[in-house]
Parts: sequence; C-alpha cells; structure tokens
Amino acid sequence: MKWTQVFRRAALMLGLAGAVGLHSTQAVSSELGYPEKEELTFGFIKLTDMAPIAIAYEKGFFEDEGLYVTIEAQANWKVLLDGVIDGRLDGAHMLAGQPIAATMGFGTKADIITPFSMDLNGNGITVSNEIWEQMKPNIPKMKNGLPVHPIKADALKPVVEKYKADGKPFNMGMVFPVSTHNYELRYWLAAGGIHPGYYAPHKGDISGQIDADALLSVTPPPQMPATLEAGTIYGYCVGEPWNQQAVFKNIGVPVVTDYEIWKDNPEKVFGITRAFAKKYPNTTVRITRALIRAAMWLDENNNANRPEAVKILSQSNYVGADYDVIANSMTGTFEYEKGDKRAVPDFNVFFRYHATYPYYSDAIWYLTQMRRWGQIPEDKSDDWYKELAAKVYRPDIYAAAAKSLIDDKLASADQFPDFDSEDGFREPQTHFIDGIVYNGHKPNDYIDKFPIGLKAGQKL
Amino acid sequence: MTSTTLTGSKPAAWKLSQFDGKLFGSAIKTVVVPFAGILVFLMLWSVAAQNIDTSLGKFPGPAAVWEQFDALYQEHSRSREKEAAFYERQRERNAKRVVDDPSYQPKIRDYTGKETFIDQVFTSLVTVMSGFLLAATIAIPLGIATGLSRTLNSAINPVVQVFKPVSPLAWLPLVTMVVSAVYTSTDPLVAKSFLNSMFTVTLCCLWPMVINTAVGVAGIDDDLVNVSKVLRLPPLKHVQKIVLPASVPMIFTGMRLSLGVAWMVLIAAEMLAQNPGLGKFVWDEFQNGSSDSLARIMAAVLVIGFIGFLLDRAMLQLQKLVSWDRDSVTH
Repeated sequence: MKWTQVFRRAALMLGLAGAVGLHSTQAVSSELGYPEKEELTFGFIKLTDMAPIAIAYEKGFFEDEGLYVTIEAQANWKVLLDGVIDGRLDGAHMLAGQPIAATMGFGTKADIITPFSMDLNGNGITVSNEIWEQMKPNIPKMKNGLPVHPIKADALKPVVEKYKADGKPFNMGMVFPVSTHNYELRYWLAAGGIHPGYYAPHKGDISGQIDADALLSVTPPPQMPATLEAGTIYGYCVGEPWNQQAVFKNIGVPVVTDYEIWKDNPEKVFGITRAFAKKYPNTTVRITRALIRAAMWLDENNNANRPEAVKILSQSNYVGADYDVIANSMTGTFEYEKGDKRAVPDFNVFFRYHATYPYYSDAIWYLTQMRRWGQIPEDKSDDWYKELAAKVYRPDIYAAAAKSLIDDKLASADQFPDFDSEDGFREPQTHFIDGIVYNGHKPNDYIDKFPIGLKAGQKL
Repeated sequence: MTSTTLTGSKPAAWKLSQFDGKLFGSAIKTVVVPFAGILVFLMLWSVAAQNIDTSLGKFPGPAAVWEQFDALYQEHSRSREKEAAFYERQRERNAKRVVDDPSYQPKIRDYTGKETFIDQVFTSLVTVMSGFLLAATIAIPLGIATGLSRTLNSAINPVVQVFKPVSPLAWLPLVTMVVSAVYTSTDPLVAKSFLNSMFTVTLCCLWPMVINTAVGVAGIDDDLVNVSKVLRLPPLKHVQKIVLPASVPMIFTGMRLSLGVAWMVLIAAEMLAQNPGLGKFVWDEFQNGSSDSLARIMAAVLVIGFIGFLLDRAMLQLQKLVSWDRDSVTH
C-alpha cells in the first residue's frame, strides 16, 4: 500500500507540473488529503431536486469522505443565499442563477462558485383550474381527446388578453428573480407572444414588470399551491413536487414541463463561497465526490433506486410531501390534468447526459436570459460572458473529484466527459420550444434571435 | 382553541373547590366537570373536523392527532437508534484514521441528524427559559430602580410605553442582523439561531416585568418606608429588607405575564426565523403539505398549549413559595 502511494504521488508531481501551467486556478491535487473542515451545514429548499444532498447523507457518502453534515431546510432562496454568504451555511442547493447573479452583483454581491450541477429538468408550469378551462378550447386535441403536448403559451395568450381588456392584472408566481423558473416561465410566455416584462436595475426597478402582459412575482416554492388556491396568482412555475401537489389537491393543472420548453436544461447547482473552496480545498473536493456518488446512485440501473429515494425524500425533514406526490415525477411519469398521466422518463435527471458537470455554456445561457430581460442593463462582450461563467462554474474542482473517484474504482472514466478535451461548452442546443438554437460561444448572437426581449445596443 | 380550554377550565374548578365545603361535591367539581368539559370539546372537535375539507384532506380529528403523537414518538425512537449507529460508525472511522495518520486527534462530533419533535420541545423550553431569565435579570433591577425614583420613572416610562406593544416579528429582523454582525466566532458556543430567538423573547417579555415591578415598588405601604427611614437603613439594605419582600407579589405577577408572552413570542419567532423549536416544526409541516401535516400541526398545537399551561402553573407555585402574603397570590 505504501508503495502504491509513493508511486501515485510521484506520478502526480509530474502531472501537476504540467497542469499548473494550464489551470492556475486549480486549487487541489487529486492526491486527496483529509478534509480540513469536517463538520458542515448545508441548506436546501423543499424540492425533489435536493435529492443528491439527502442521498449523500442517508447513504453515508458524506461520512465516507469523513464529513459530518447537517442538512437544514431553508425558508426561501434569499434566506438560503444569505446563509451561505454569512457562513451560517457551508453550502447549499441553489438556483443556477444565484451564484451567477451574486458574483455579478445583481442582488446581494458575493463570490459564490459551483463545482457541481445538481440535475437537469424537474420544473413545470401550472395554471389554476379556472385558467385551464379558458385555455382548453385553444389547445389542439389528439384522437383520444387529450390535448397535444407540448402546450404552447399561444393557448394562454387570448386569456391574458381578455384579463388585460377587463383591466384585471394577470399575476403569475415564480420562485426568485434569478431562478431557472423565472427564465423558463418568461421563455414559455414570450415564445407564445406574451410579454413577461423587463427589469431595469440601473433605474432601481427590480420588479421585472415593465411593459408586461403577465405580471410575475416571487413566491417560495412550498407556498405556491396555497397562493394559487387563494387566487393571488393564476399560475406558477416551480420545481417538483409542487406541480403534482396542485393536481392532487385539485386546485390546478400543470400545462408544460421545462423538459418540453428546453430538453435537458440545467437546473440546480451546489453553491459554496469562493473563500470556502480556497480555505478548505480537500473538503470541497470531498463534498463534490460525495455528491457525484449520490447522483450516480439516483440514476443507477435505469432509475432502479428511485422508489427508495422517494421514500427518503418524503421524510418530513427533507421534502416531506406524500410518497405518491413525489413518486409521480421522480419515477418517470408526470400527471398533467387529473388522470392524464404521461411518461416523462427524463423528468428528473441527476447523472446521465453528464448532468452533474458544470458546463460554462449552462452559465452563459442564464446570463443571456438575464440580459434579455434587462437584469443585465447594458451590452456585454462575448468574452465578458465567458469570463464570468469561468469565475462561477468550476469544472476543475469537479474534474479533481471525478478523477479521484475513478482512481478509487468508485466510478469509471466513461461515465464522465473526457476531461482532457472538454472545453466546458455543450454542442449547440436545438431542443427549445420555439426552435431557436443556442450556441454558448456566441451569447450576443443568441440574444438577438428573440422576437421579445432586449437586443444588442438596447437599454431601457 | 384547545389551549384556552385547557387553561380555562382548570382554574375555574380550582377556585370553586376552595369555596365548596363538601368533599364529595368538590371532587365532582374538580375531576368530573373538567373531564366532562374535555369530553364535550373532543366530541365537538371530531364532529367539526369531519365537516371541514381542506386541500390536504379532512381536518384532523382527535383520533388522527393521537395517531400522530404515536408516529412522532416512533420517529423519535428511530432517530435515537440512528444516532447510536452514527456514533458507532464515527468511532470506527476515527480508530481507522488514527492507524493511518497517528498525528490525528480523534474527535467525537455531535449527531448530525434532524431533531425530532421531542428534541424540538426541549429546544423551545431551553430557549424560552434563557430569554426569560435574561429579561428578568435586566427588568427586575430596572423596575426596582424606577419604582424607587420618581425622576427615573418619568425618564424611562415613555421608552417602556413605546416598546411594550411592539410585536416580536418587528424585532426579529433587527435582532437577526445585529446578532450576525456582532457574534462572529469561528467556533461558537451556542448557535446564532438560538441567540436570535432568545433575544427576541427577551425584548418582548422585558416590559411587563419592568412595569409590574415598578408599580409594585412604588406602591409599598408608607408605614414600611417610614420604618426603614427611622431605622436609617442604608439604600441596599432598604431594598433587600423592605422593598423586595413588599413587592414580591407584583414582581411575580409581572413575571407570570412575561413568561406567557415569552412562550407565545417564541413560537412566532421560531416560525419566522426558522430557528429550531416547536415553531419551526409547525412551519415545516405546513410547508411539507403531506396528508399527515395537519394532524401533526394539531399535535404541536396541543403540546404548545399544554406547555404554556404548565409554565403558568409553575410560576404560580413559585410565587406562592416566595410570597409572605399568600392571599395576594391570584390564580
């Protein structure tokens, strides 16, 4: 054992000499030491996509790394982010937009990084029963009488126009100004010709309702069904189980999943502060290792472990909703209108398709949407987008964790991107509901393609 | 609703028992009547529950709540087993690491699992008592000082009157921000969340104690004050021998009021600030929205009410114990 260690260390020294030139930011070597900080507290919001954290805890993956982790549910995304910034939390399940916006200084300014993407897809847009009845006549039907999917916002447009003509505001809920849900809801609405409104932070307007047809506001995920039921909002975009909850409670109908808006879109990330990663490099890599193992477990053998995962998530200290509600989406089906259950095998993807690798292009997509809706008020160069993405998304830490898992025979190299050739940009992505192609290398070109949204040179 | 029934029915019976001479009659009134009251309440509850449909199913009746008490206890014992296993694994891991890395100082870390309902009850009790005791150590000396000096009284009174009606929820953000700014230890002795709840409780239960103590001290019989003057007692002796004993009933009335306020405030503060305790339990269950959630919340409501009632009774007994004038102790 001693010999192999000596050999490995020598090999590493050689490799490291080469690597230092390439990645000056690389904080760790893959000869992994003991964690510098062993007792950690992680925050999460009650959503099924927090699963990797719960699984890493329950399956002992954190403990295998010598980490003693306490997992705490947080009231909302703002409380969670503040917790990570002020050190109450060491890390958290975050909206992909949160580390990006924090680093950029939209909202609270702080250096937050992510070494690990938590999942793909997993969200849906739900409207109240009342709105659904009004939308239904506008939706084409299949032979069996069920609506054709994906349902586009074109079907909602006449409804919104009617409300507007009556002078009634058409309110919808999303979970946070920089949340995936905000951008997905906006994307869906805008693709159907409904203007979701602009932000103008340079004028102090962060309500995001300038020129809006549909008025979007923030509601914490677990409160979405209750707010819909109260009639404060007519629809919302949120992660699971809160769309399925609306079906079970008979208060609303999910009309579209984010899988249909953008196939395999990146969703949550695991966020820590840059200072934490710098101060505790071994701990950071070990956290990433545990999370990768949890993600692998969740997708193993074609989702064979999902029922067990659902059982864990339904515990009151994690998501806490009923088993059936969580199982609906986690085990590969999604119930739209009551009784209209369809197979969506990739509704929650935790590991396949390199789901956990923090792609720069994913970060840049969020930045393009921030620019499109005015959260970034001015034009930025393509290089600016890339630099910011590289500041926040840290594939170097991910690669260190993945390589050490491969060394330890806990994973095989074919499960990960080829780290030597991977540049962090996915191939141009085509599966959007409006057919517009996204190429992460050219963010400015991409922004100009949208009929609704700010374009190059435009400033409110 | 339930808590008022619990606290409301008992004192009434208590009072009656003192005036009723006949033993048998008093036994009926102390045992049978309250029991019947509870029974009627349970029946009304279960009938009402069946007729309330929420989006989470029917409103929980007594049977559903009882089931949850059992479930909560089961969870507690399961969690204890997991805790034991956790320490066992940790010991093994430490031992292994010491072999690999002799310089390592093994350390046993606290169990990282979630607090159970029973743990949260204790957390809430500890928090409320700490906040209350802190408030008492400030409020009673302050109250005595203001009661003794008219000048000080007029100086402090406006401040007290303004702060007294402030809701804990208004204090909470300020407390939270100040605590996180001031309390920055890398290895904190107690959690920040504990301090947040504790200080919020303190701020809210300070005022009834200050006012009651001041009123009690200011209202001391002139004869007693004159005795002290004749004996030329030094100021500290005066407070110790005359003021304190004479104003104990009022001080304790203030403390009882405060403890009641403290308990109510704590639940709200825990709920809003997500600090561990019963309030957080209620909030978490509300957020979970599972089919058991309402029954679990109702179980927590009963426990909150019952503990509030016990705290009040405990203060009353304490008051009886230290008061020279037993008759002045009101229920």
